Amino acid sequence: MSMSDNQGPLWEVFVQKKSGQPYVHCGNVHAFDKEMALQNARDVYTRRNEGMSLWVVPSEAIVASSPEDIGSFFEPANDKIFRHPTFYQIPDGVGHM
Amino acid sequence: MNELVFKYLLRISDSGLILAQRISAWTGHGPFLEEDLALTNIALDLFGRSRSLLDYAGNLEGKGRSEDELAFFRNERHYYNHLICEQPNGDYAQTMLRQAFVDAFELLLYTELSKSKDQTLAAIAAKSVKEITYHKRHSFSWVKRFGNGTQESFTRLQNAFHELWPYTGDMFEPIEGETDLVKNGFVPDLQKIKTDWEKIIKDLLEECNIRLPENVYMHSGSAKALHTEHLGFILAEMQSLPRAYPEAKW
Repeated sequence: MSMSDNQGPLWEVFVQKKSGQPYVHCGNVHAFDKEMALQNARDVYTRRNEGMSLWVVPSEAIVASSPEDIGSFFEPANDKIFRHPTFYQIPDGVGHM
Repeated sequence: MNELVFKYLLRISDSGLILAQRISAWTGHGPFLEEDLALTNIALDLFGRSRSLLDYAGNLEGKGRSEDELAFFRNERHYYNHLICEQPNGDYAQTMLRQAFVDAFELLLYTELSKSKDQTLAAIAAKSVKEITYHKRHSFSWVKRFGNGTQESFTRLQNAFHELWPYTGDMFEPIEGETDLVKNGFVPDLQKIKTDWEKIIKDLLEECNIRLPENVYMHSGSAKALHTEHLGFILAEMQSLPRAYPEAKW
């Protein structure tokens, strides 16, 4: 295996287990184009019946928050208990929410 | 009739087995991790298919030979695999072009075999068609990539083509008595498959700017178990362990 980085750009792989369920991120692959990315994802991540459908997305298309944003992005939600619907009675028939 | 079906089963299972042995030599040496895994998956598909076919062949023969005995205790002169399957891996262009030639052939062959009057053969073939459809998609996309990549990738594909093309005619050589199997609806007529195969390959290579030559000498012989110098070495490596330790289990 060549150590030099000539394996093409990275693609993030999302697998859907069954129709209707969300696509779950499972890792990434190298590939030179869309078709190859899809094939590589199939070969690497669905060898053991992990899914019925695949998405591949160029890694560079993903915009991520950074660790130093944790404070300003997420912590203010901690003390906003009124955002949780705990003040309502949920009828039994609703089930999981 | 059983003897004839037995031999036909050897012809198609040996082709898968020897090609699988060839491409599994890439395992751990692929151009990058994902492709390494892809080709190894394909080798495993081919091994799996050959196991089913050899198991069925052993049952038909009725001499109690298992799939392993048929795979590991037959010599070169009893192997019927197509010559192209035993040709060296070369570079990745050569491996992928060999694969594309075989995949296109197998997809046509196994699609027809899935309609065979022999129900076991039809069932094995039907399962294989799904696998081969994917193999072909994989090898064809690589061949197109080599053909339309850089000057170097094109030159490598061109060299691979000159190396391999004379071995393609051998895939369409029937075994002795195969016409009887065709008449009985057990197996398809190879001449029909040849016409379709040539069209598919011509289209593929045109996309890669490679023109099919006319009147090239075609090697043949595998239908009579006559092989190129490579098969002996492949079998020596593949069979050495079970021959040294016939009772070995793994």
